[in-house]
Amino acid sequence: MSEIRAKEKQEVQRAAESTRNVPVYLPDVDIYETSDALVLVADIPGVSPENVDIDLRDDTLTIRALVDTYGQDERPIMTEYEVGDYYRQFTLGRLIDQSKIEASIKDGVLTLVLPKVEKAKPRKIAVKVA
Amino acid sequence: MARVRFFNEPDIFRPFEELRQLRREMDRLFESVMGRRAWPVTGRVFPLVNITEDKDAYYIRAELPGVRPEDIEVSIEADSITIGGERKPDDLGKEVSYHRKEREFGRFRRVITLKGGFNADTAEASFKNGILTIKLLKAEEAKPRQIQVKKE
Repeated sequence: MSEIRAKEKQEVQRAAESTRNVPVYLPDVDIYETSDALVLVADIPGVSPENVDIDLRDDTLTIRALVDTYGQDERPIMTEYEVGDYYRQFTLGRLIDQSKIEASIKDGVLTLVLPKVEKAKPRKIAVKVA
Repeated sequence: MARVRFFNEPDIFRPFEELRQLRREMDRLFESVMGRRAWPVTGRVFPLVNITEDKDAYYIRAELPGVRPEDIEVSIEADSITIGGERKPDDLGKEVSYHRKEREFGRFRRVITLKGGFNADTAEASFKNGILTIKLLKAEEAKPRQIQVKKE
């Protein structure tokens, strides 16, 4: 098993939030596809489930997550990472059934299951022998 | 459960936002010069930690999204705190094809030395929304003391 490397968070250049005085970061994501859905998994540590907002408009998926700031009244001794919100947008190339999207959050990880519409599901095409 | 919304106002250009970002960049630079921020991060060991204090305790925090609480080990020996564990990938079966893979999995182990005196017996570790918090109560000698000025 390999070791995890430490990496600095990537700040969003054109930030999405202007009313909160916290930085906005790009969450790390995995996107994979099964035969009937597209699944997006994003790391959003520090965010409570009720503070995640998912918008799907046309084929643009937007994830916004507002972090619960902590330790504000404590004095910093060493700061290696910064606490901030998360924002990321994706263009979905597949036809998604918007009424069946499911989102869940566990231990700071957002999982979004985007089911494909019937006609976008792969069909096996039989090759006829001429 | 997250909120799912399908319509949203379009993003518009925000000039103040850019100013705010510039200011924050300057704050960061200043903090790194002042020694508050250990920067850059390259070459550091996962997980990155933040250490803070108030008058009674030290707090060590680390972002560990997707790590199960039972897979995190915290141990204390003298003035060293070790955070170790493993981030295990989800079992997805075989019929999966990846479009993007940015999240990392594997083992981690980090030792943090905290000078200043804390009481290891009272250490508490908690895990919420992917954030590990270790609270260490300060030893009596590390607490700030108010000294009464006597009038002569």
